[in-house]
Amino acid sequence: MYTRDPAFWRAGAIASTLFMSAVLLILTVNSLDAITPGGSHVPLYDVINHQISYAYDSARGEYVPKIGGRELLFNHQYSEAEAKALIAKGKMVIQSRACMDCHTFFGNGAYYAPDLTRAWIDPVWDEYPGTKRGDAMAAFLMHPFRLGYHEMPNLHLNRAEADAAVAYLKWMSAVDTNGFPNGFGVAQAK
Amino acid sequence: MYRSQRLALKYLAAAMVLFGLMVVFGILASIYYVHPTFLLNTFNFNTAKILHINTLIIWHLMGFFGAVYWFLPGETGREVEGIALAEIMFWIFCAAVAIVAAVFILVQYGASDEFSLWFINQGRKYVEAPRWAAIGILAVATVFGYNVVASAVKSTRRSGILMVLILDLVPLVVLYLDAFPAMTDMSKDLFWWWWLVHLWVEATWEILIGCIMAWALMELLGTSRRVVESWLYVEVALVLGTGILGLGHHYFWIGTPGYWLGIGGFFSALEPLPLLGMVIHAIYDSGTRHLRAGNRPALYWTLAEAFGNFIGAGVWGFMMTLPQINLYSHGTQWTASHGHFAFWGAYSCGVIAVLYLAVGGSRERKALDGRAWKWSFAMLNLGMLGMVGGLLVAGMDQAFFERALGGSTWGAFIALQHRPWYVEGVWTRMGFGVLFAAGYAMLMYDLLTIGKRRRGEAEEPLKEAAA
Repeated sequence: MYTRDPAFWRAGAIASTLFMSAVLLILTVNSLDAITPGGSHVPLYDVINHQISYAYDSARGEYVPKIGGRELLFNHQYSEAEAKALIAKGKMVIQSRACMDCHTFFGNGAYYAPDLTRAWIDPVWDEYPGTKRGDAMAAFLMHPFRLGYHEMPNLHLNRAEADAAVAYLKWMSAVDTNGFPNGFGVAQAK
Repeated sequence: MYRSQRLALKYLAAAMVLFGLMVVFGILASIYYVHPTFLLNTFNFNTAKILHINTLIIWHLMGFFGAVYWFLPGETGREVEGIALAEIMFWIFCAAVAIVAAVFILVQYGASDEFSLWFINQGRKYVEAPRWAAIGILAVATVFGYNVVASAVKSTRRSGILMVLILDLVPLVVLYLDAFPAMTDMSKDLFWWWWLVHLWVEATWEILIGCIMAWALMELLGTSRRVVESWLYVEVALVLGTGILGLGHHYFWIGTPGYWLGIGGFFSALEPLPLLGMVIHAIYDSGTRHLRAGNRPALYWTLAEAFGNFIGAGVWGFMMTLPQINLYSHGTQWTASHGHFAFWGAYSCGVIAVLYLAVGGSRERKALDGRAWKWSFAMLNLGMLGMVGGLLVAGMDQAFFERALGGSTWGAFIALQHRPWYVEGVWTRMGFGVLFAAGYAMLMYDLLTIGKRRRGEAEEPLKEAAA
């Protein structure tokens, strides 16, 4: 019988691998378009000049980030190029301090510390509204204080590094992640 | 014995040493969960974690290299081509691993500049090794690829297993190039990072271990090449047929379009199929031989591999992979539970099986059976099941209370740390981690003393196997 011949199964292996790889390549091209800053899901870096919130979208049936009016970070209006440079620096801070080996970003990383996807709009910063929030977060990153059971180590960030990391978190909180994390901050607000 | 097989023994020995270090750093990392200020600002959690997961990757990689160098001469009927270069690369590999580990422990992190990424820490999970070391790994993998391809070309024998292995080495090496970039856009960074992490662990590594286990089964049970090769092709068709688009289950929440929810959910739900096939294969093969083989430890570890892969990677993965559940389970201790079980079942048990085959083939007296391997088998597997269970309880508690009810905020995360189920879960994990470590110690004792212990203990099963 033909199924007893390995060549039959080999043909199946080659065909399924080639077909699935081709589909993946097509979807990759489409996805990269959506996740390039300014694409359908990822905002331009100068979104850090705006107010960002997270709200339920009844048409989509999930939570989505909302970009509001002007709300400057560190009292500075960043051009797209300036914002990109600052956020690129922020990414270097995140990699050099291996933030991802305690925290998660979009749920990816280590599971020892809180997820940072919406860190910018976490209710813990509610007492620092508007432009004060960036300074408060930068101060925390330079000199972390104990909150409850956990304490973040001091990773010796200077002010420029802390500002860049804060800008990164603000930009990231405006990325459309298909509703993850669900209901962020709603339980506390009630 | 071929030089290649002597090199294999070196790789397997190095793998076992790194396995031990992984266990040490794993237990260390588990302490932070029950005592969060442990070594704060001296040796932070992330350093312990980095050492735990990087030794994990490297010991398996060394185990795979060792396994291939062990079986390759038998497959091609000749010494491995370029073996002298491979021997040099082994020592370079070991030296690089030692330097990287020393820098992780002593320097830990640097300033936010390119220098840190090149020489200290890249800070991307699983590929934290600085770029110079990543280049080294690439060089070692390239020489390994050359050894396999050149040996196949020089040999008159062309086996299906060897062809699958060669074709698999191409994406294995090419995907590792993804260890270098530092993209600003987190969505893009993670998009490509998953090509490396998923398409290694859930695709190319699965094929690699499939080739290794195919050789192991032929040696262990004398299964015919036609059957083994047919199964290998079925496995390739199913693993890549489901796993390539199964990549989509990592694209639910990173900023990628919504169509990935359906595609990723559907294909990753099918991913357990090839693993189920392997279980059926293993039960059939070992059943026809009434669980008897000349090398009983290798047989039992092969069975552990088949079941562990199906349950740990397949069932545990399926449990949390559909987007409706993953919205809450993603990035919790539930993920850690799946990760531990899957790696153990899919890869670790297979490498240990090959280790026993190599020991059986290299020692003077093939005195493999005894009590020690049974104790280590039981302790390692029970230790793993206990850790996985503890993490599952903690993870489900986290998914329901921190994620679903608490809305994933910082405050919800802090509240979770006091919840009894979570606390019990992380303590359970630590306790069973210690049992696992004891199993590791017993495994090392067994491997180091096989053939050197009392004659009577060892010779009985050989007669049985011969009869």
